[in-house]
Amino acid sequence: MDISRRDLFKSSALVAGGGLVSALGFDLEPAYAQSRELKISNARQYKTVCPYCAVGCGTIAYVHGSGGLNTVNSVIHVEGDPDSPINGGTLCPKGAAQMQLAMNPRLEKSPKYRAAGSSEWEDVDWDWAMEWFARKFKDARDATFVEEDDQGRTVNRCEGIGWVGSATVTNEDAYLITKTMRTMGLVYIDHQARI
Amino acid sequence: MTNHWKDIKNADVVLVMGANPAENHPCGFKWALEARDNRGATLVTVDPRYTRTSAVADRHLQIRPGSDIAVIGGWVNKILSEELYHDEYVRLHTNASFIVGEGFGFDNGLFVGFDEATGTYDRSTWDYERGSDGYVRRDLTLEHPRCVFQLLKNHYSRYTPEVVAQIAGCSVQDFEAMADIVCSTGTAERVGSIMYAVGWTMHTVGAQIIRTAAIMQLLMGNIGRPGGGINALRGHANVQGATDHAIVAGILPGYLQVPHPQQQTLAAHLADHTPRPLVPDSVNYWGNYPRFLVSQLKAWFGDSAGPENEFGYHYLGKQEEDATWLSMWDQAYQGRMKGIVALGFNCLLAGPDVPRLTRAMSNLEWKVVIDPFLLDSAEFWGAPGVDPSEIDTEVLYLPAAHWIERGGSFTNSGRWAQWKEAAIDIPEGVRSDTSILSDLFWRVKDLYEEEGGAYHEPIVNMQWNYLNPREPTLEEIAQEINGYDLQAGELLSSFGQLRDDGTTSSGNWLYAGSWTEEGNMMARRGTQDPAGLGFHHDWAFSWPLNRRVLYNRASADAEGEPWDPERVGIRWNGSRWIGDVPDYGPTTPPDQAGAFIMTEEGVARLFTRGLVDGPFSEHYEPVESPTPNILHPEIPVNPAVRWYDGVRETLASSTNDYPYAATVYRVVEREHFVTSFVPQLVEIMPDFFVEVPEGLADEKGIENGERVRVWSARGEVEGVAVVTKRIRPLNVNGETCWTIGIPVHWGFKGITTGSMANSLTPFVGDANTNCPEFKAFLVNIEKA
Repeated sequence: MDISRRDLFKSSALVAGGGLVSALGFDLEPAYAQSRELKISNARQYKTVCPYCAVGCGTIAYVHGSGGLNTVNSVIHVEGDPDSPINGGTLCPKGAAQMQLAMNPRLEKSPKYRAAGSSEWEDVDWDWAMEWFARKFKDARDATFVEEDDQGRTVNRCEGIGWVGSATVTNEDAYLITKTMRTMGLVYIDHQARI
Repeated sequence: MTNHWKDIKNADVVLVMGANPAENHPCGFKWALEARDNRGATLVTVDPRYTRTSAVADRHLQIRPGSDIAVIGGWVNKILSEELYHDEYVRLHTNASFIVGEGFGFDNGLFVGFDEATGTYDRSTWDYERGSDGYVRRDLTLEHPRCVFQLLKNHYSRYTPEVVAQIAGCSVQDFEAMADIVCSTGTAERVGSIMYAVGWTMHTVGAQIIRTAAIMQLLMGNIGRPGGGINALRGHANVQGATDHAIVAGILPGYLQVPHPQQQTLAAHLADHTPRPLVPDSVNYWGNYPRFLVSQLKAWFGDSAGPENEFGYHYLGKQEEDATWLSMWDQAYQGRMKGIVALGFNCLLAGPDVPRLTRAMSNLEWKVVIDPFLLDSAEFWGAPGVDPSEIDTEVLYLPAAHWIERGGSFTNSGRWAQWKEAAIDIPEGVRSDTSILSDLFWRVKDLYEEEGGAYHEPIVNMQWNYLNPREPTLEEIAQEINGYDLQAGELLSSFGQLRDDGTTSSGNWLYAGSWTEEGNMMARRGTQDPAGLGFHHDWAFSWPLNRRVLYNRASADAEGEPWDPERVGIRWNGSRWIGDVPDYGPTTPPDQAGAFIMTEEGVARLFTRGLVDGPFSEHYEPVESPTPNILHPEIPVNPAVRWYDGVRETLASSTNDYPYAATVYRVVEREHFVTSFVPQLVEIMPDFFVEVPEGLADEKGIENGERVRVWSARGEVEGVAVVTKRIRPLNVNGETCWTIGIPVHWGFKGITTGSMANSLTPFVGDANTNCPEFKAFLVNIEKA
C-alpha cells in the first residue's frame, strides 16, 4: 500500500484542523489548530509475537529511544499486526496489555542469593552468581554421575540435577538448553508441556 | 494441531471439548466463529462448566469431570452401529482391515497381557497376525471377526447412550442431541474439527481420551482434510517449540528417543527405533531415523562425532526409569536430587500437590531460578505457613531477559514457527537465557579442564563453534537447528537431504527447511492465500517442510481426487501433487503407497500398540472419583498408572469426607502466573474465587460474594464464592453430583495474592505421559 497509516492520520488531522478548504485549493490561510500528534508517530515499529498463549498472534511493538550509548529505549505501545493471517490485528485482554509486561517496574535487575535457613535475599553480582552456579552444578554432577549401572551397562547419566523449563523461551534457546543439558548427562529434563 | 488456527474456518462442525478457547485462545477461536458465521458451521461445547465458549455455541453438553472417554466412546459406538462412518476413507486410510492375532481380548476392565505385579502390559500380546510373506494379513471386506474394524465395533458397543449418560451425569436425550451433531461429518461433503486442550490431557487417561477422539475423527474421515483434524490448543507461547526441541524427559529434538541402557551400541539403538514396514506399500518414513539421529549428533559434537566413536552416541545419558515432572519431584521428595534449575517456570504454583512440592523443594541442596520476575517458585521458603529457618536449600535467582528484548522464533499451536524481532535492548543487570546458558557451559567446562571430575568427554567435545562463544546469536543457533550439508558447506532445504554417514548435520530434522540458503523462512511475512483455505505458505515456516495440514494425502481418495472439490488439501494432477505441501512423495502416484507415511502400517491406526494402557481406550474413573466405575467395579481406575511411594495415602479415602468433584481452569484476563505482575490484568481480575453451583450453595448456606473454604485430602484454598448457574447438578449413577470450579492463577507473589489452586490437586499422572490429573479430583466445601 502506498499510503501509510501515518499519511492517513495526517490527512485526517488536516480535516480536523480546518484545512479542508485548503485541501480544496483556494484558502491559503494557515491553520491555527490541529489534532495532537499521535504518540506513535515518531516510534519505530518491530514485528514480534505475543508471549502468552500459543495462538501466536502477530504484534507490532512501537518503540521510543534510539538505543544508542547511554540511552534507554522503551516500548510505548503494542498492538495486533493487521497483516497476520492468525489474528488479523486482534488481541485479547492479555495481549492488549503486553506493554505493561514489557515495561514493568517489578522486573528484577540483579541476581539474588538466599542462604540456607535465611528469610531474605541478598543482591549478588553476576560473576559471583555464575561462579556459584557452575560450582554447585559441577559438584552435584560429580557426586551423582553414573557411568555404569548396577548391571554393568554404560549409562553416562547425571541423576542428581533436574532441569525444568521453558515453554516461554524461543526455539533457539530451547534447543540450546537440550543440547547443553543432555551433553552434561542430565536425564531429568522437562517443561510446561507435561503439566 | 494436525491442522492450524485459520483452517478451523473450513469446518462444518466444530467440537470444543476439554478446552475453552473463547477464554483461553480468543484470537484463534475467532476462526471457529468464522466457520459458524460464514459457512454455517455448527459450534458445540462439551464441558463440566458452561464456559464463555459455550455462551457463543449452538449447543452445550455438561458432563462430569473425567467422563470424556465414555462420552466420545458413545459417539464411536453410534458411528459404528448406525454406519455413519466414511466407508471409503476407513477402508483406504485406516487399519480397519488389519487382522489382530489370536488371543487378543478385553475382559472386565483389562486388556490381555496385564501383569498385576508390575502394573504394566506386555504389548506384544496386542500384535497383528502375519501372513507367510511376513506382512500383516488384511481383510478388505472388514468382516473377519479379528479385524480391527470388528474388534473396535465390539469394544465400543458397551458405550450405549444409557451407559454414557449414567457415567457422565447427563440425560440420554441431551447426549443423543449432541451425538447427532458431532457424528454428522462422516461423508465426503462434510468435515468436522475438534479443538481440545489440557482439559483432555490432564487426566490419568489423558492420552486415551485423545486417542478416542482420533478414532472418531478417522472413522468419519476427518483427519488430513482442511477443516478437520484434532487440534491441540497449547497454553504457552512456545510449548510446541520447546516440545519439538525436547526440553522433555525421554526424547531428543525431533521426537528421537533418549537411549535406553539396553542399547549399548548405536547400532542397537537404531535397530530398536527404526521400524520396518508392516505392509508392502508403507512409506514408513521413520525408517529414516538413523539419518535424523546421526545428523543431530553431528550438530552436537561436530568433528568429535565420527564412525570411530559411534558419532558420540555414548556422550548421551542412557535412561530407563521415567524422568518426567512427577518423577523428578518424587526424586527430590526422597532426597535423591541435589539441585534443580528452573528457567521460565513457576514450578511451585504449577503443582500438583503444592504441600508435597514444597517438601520436595526443601529437600534440595540448591535451586536456581532464572526468570524476568522474582516469582513464587524462587521464594518457596517464604510461602505462607512455611518457616524459612527450617529450610536449608540455597537458592539463586538470576534475572533473565524478556521475550520482547530477544529475537528468535516461537512455534504456535498450529506448528507455525514465527521469527520475531527484538524491540528493545536488554536492560542493564539482566542477561539473556542464551548468555546465562553459555556462561554456565564455559564455567563448568573450565572447571572440568582445571580439576577433572566425573566423565566429561562430552562436555569438552561439545561443538560450540559460534562467532562469539560466550553469547551465540539466535540466528546461528537457528541455522544449526536447520542443518548443513557438511561437504558443500551449505544450509539444507529439506530433511530429505539428510544422511547417516556424518556428512550432514541437523539439530532437529523437523526444522530442516526453516533457514535455507535462501534465508530465514520463519521470518517470512507474505500474506497471499491463493487457495482461500488459509494455507498462507509465505507466512513463517510450518513444520514439517512448510506443510500446513498434516496427513494431507488423506484429504484425497484412491485416485488422488479430493473428497471435497471445494476444500482441496492436495490433488493428483496426473504427474504430481498440487495444493498444500504434500504429506507424500511429491510425484508419487496415489496408488503407490499408504497415506500415513509416518506409520509402519502406511495407514492410520484405529488399533495401536503405541500406548501403554491399551490398543483401544476404556473409561476409567479419575483416581479420586465420586462414583464407582459401572463398567468394571473391580478395575475402577487406569490399571497402568504409575504410583509413587506414599501417594495413595494422600488421596481421599471416602466420598463422605470429600463428596464433590472439582476441576481447575484459567480465565482470559490471566495466564497462569506471570500476569500477577501486570497491573491492568490484576485490576480486571483481581482476586482468587471459587465457582460454586447454585443448588449446592443453597444447601451449604453460601451467599454469592461470601468467603468459602475448599479442601482436599492434600491442602486447602479460601476465597470468594461465585455462586453460579453455569454448573448444574448432574445425575451420576442415580446420585446427585456437584462440581466445583477453581481458577489457577494465584499465589503469594504479585500485585494481589490468593490461594494456590494446586494445593488441592493429586500427585498422580497419565499412564502414558505422566501428565498430572489436575482436572478431576475430590473436595469438600464450607462457608469460611
